[in-house]
Amino acid sequence: MTNTGTPLVELKDISIAFGGIKAVDQVSVDLYPGEVVGLLGHNGAGKSTLIKCLSGAYKADSGEVHINGKQVTINNPRDARDQNIETIYQTLALADNLDAASNLFLGRELIGSGGFLDESRMEAETRKIMARLNPNFQKFNVPVSALSGGQRQSVAIARAVYFDAKILIMDEPTAALGPQETEMVAELIQELKKQGLGIFLIEHDIHNVMKLCDRASVMKNGLLVGTERVEDVTEDDILSMIILGKNPKVAV
Amino acid sequence: MNDTSRSEAPTKSHKGAISRFLNSTEIDTRLLGMLGALTLIWVGFHFYGVIFNNFGAFLTPRNLWNLSVQTSSIGIMATGMVLVIVTRNIDLSVGSMIGVIAMAMGLLQVEILPHFVGIGHWSIWILAVIAGLIFGTLIGALHGWLIAYRSIPAFIVTLGGLMVWRGMSFLSAGGRTISPVDSTFALLGGGPYGAVGAVGSWIVGALACLGVAYIIYTGRKSRRKHDFRLRPIWAEYFLAIVGWATIIGAVLLVNSYPWPKGIVRQYGTKIGQDLEGTFISHGFAIPVLILITVGICMTILVTRTRFGRYVFAIGGNPEAASLAGIDTKWVTMKVFALMGMLTAIAAVIASARLNSATNALGTLDELYVIAAAVIGGTSLAGGVGKIYGAILGALVMQSLQSGMVLIGFDSAIQRIVVGVVLVLAVYLDILYNKRVK
Repeated sequence: MTNTGTPLVELKDISIAFGGIKAVDQVSVDLYPGEVVGLLGHNGAGKSTLIKCLSGAYKADSGEVHINGKQVTINNPRDARDQNIETIYQTLALADNLDAASNLFLGRELIGSGGFLDESRMEAETRKIMARLNPNFQKFNVPVSALSGGQRQSVAIARAVYFDAKILIMDEPTAALGPQETEMVAELIQELKKQGLGIFLIEHDIHNVMKLCDRASVMKNGLLVGTERVEDVTEDDILSMIILGKNPKVAV
Repeated sequence: MNDTSRSEAPTKSHKGAISRFLNSTEIDTRLLGMLGALTLIWVGFHFYGVIFNNFGAFLTPRNLWNLSVQTSSIGIMATGMVLVIVTRNIDLSVGSMIGVIAMAMGLLQVEILPHFVGIGHWSIWILAVIAGLIFGTLIGALHGWLIAYRSIPAFIVTLGGLMVWRGMSFLSAGGRTISPVDSTFALLGGGPYGAVGAVGSWIVGALACLGVAYIIYTGRKSRRKHDFRLRPIWAEYFLAIVGWATIIGAVLLVNSYPWPKGIVRQYGTKIGQDLEGTFISHGFAIPVLILITVGICMTILVTRTRFGRYVFAIGGNPEAASLAGIDTKWVTMKVFALMGMLTAIAAVIASARLNSATNALGTLDELYVIAAAVIGGTSLAGGVGKIYGAILGALVMQSLQSGMVLIGFDSAIQRIVVGVVLVLAVYLDILYNKRVK
């Protein structure tokens, strides 16, 4: 598969610094429809920070964000959502004291007659999407703090999927999951790919990267080491990019 | 201690039936616990009086009516304090705010407005109340702005407020007591004239009964529409009957407390009839109706609007709330502005009840308000709290206070008891939450 046409997302020369330390320095990555791009690197390499500039959690100091070829400004999470960018954070970003439906619709509540929350419809919609993602999920009327790690993860995923995301950011979606649930996430990624979504996947497990991603972008110390098509490189190539910060292909 | 272990044993053997009953009716067990504690306090004080003073003064229409009036101002503020505490903040300034707002309204209606509209003009009380509400909201908004947009901890901002507003209330009238307030304004504080009477109370009761029926009916309809689990029909009837019985009981209670003879005579002279010996009911006091209205509005705000949902989301996980696109600072500021407005309503009631504005009005109220919210199940860790819980908490606090006055405990012992009860209530709450988990 070769990428032609307009990329879904283009991050151009993104830089952001915290207290004089450049967390992300002139990094450019792109993402095409139906593609999974893995973002790799050590802890502190700047992957999450870079991606937060796209999800609206941070505002880049400089650089441009293009969606479908058009430059956009993303100042806050609401702007990102308006561009159909959905994020599954590593921490899941769930309000533990609220139930699944409240979390799923947080910030985008369904409003019924008289301007009041339409709780029943939100719960009904939540039941529908959960039936698709995790048919075993039954705990609709308890705070999400009472759910298992996998169930919480499925609530966070449901939130991203429900609102017709075009661009999905997943920050280590399988870090807290057991093997069965990891498999479930892998299947979901394949299905979403087929639907034409673009997915940025932050992942530490190199096997998952080789299995799930089309391309991999490696970062080290805030700089982009390189972006390679996964089929063109070996696991060792990627590992050396992560550890040494050098692109073996360029070096040769 | 032995008593508790003995009473627990039979509970366990019936557990199947009881938990099935609670499940079907979906009654909050915490609510039952609070009602149980309240009953214990009421019956305890009554029989303490019967045994030691040869007179049980607590469970009388007169005392319960007074209790309802005394609860109003703390109860109204406690509903706002729930939101403040749910967002992981605190407001220590409400007592002092009562002082300065009441003083402002007092000066306005006694010394300022009469110059413009004339003494005793009908509009005075309306203008005073509106000005008070605006003033309270602005003070709250100022606190909220400092907390949300200037990142000063709520504890510090409102501790400063506690001192500043108390000082202001002294300065604004030079330490004088402003009295008497406008006669219509005074009705908002209760008293024989500030109550709606027997017929009015039956109308209020009838509306409340209709309300209960409506809530149960629409709740069932909406569940059916979305194929959710329905409560068994007997449980719906049970809830309706309990609701109606409570309402009708309350109406009968307030209607069985007659006007004192002196007031009846005074009223008779005023309307030119001889009413000697006539039984005129108080009915619901106006401040109590204000409390109920505030309670209903706040419950709707908290459970049925975006604002309420955001308040709880911020309390549960501030980072998640802001990642979900919620403007957490703006919501926090609005919470404090709302607290200020509710404090102004409480200030209206407190000063109207006293028929004067004094610079000490509301002293220590902040502690009772926080205690009421916490006893009502609001967690200081944030994210958890119920409006009805806070109102019941206020009722518990006030019951303890007036109960101890009735049986003649002096104020030192009153404070000790209230302090112990506060700590105990929170401890029980922690135990309860552990068991639920």
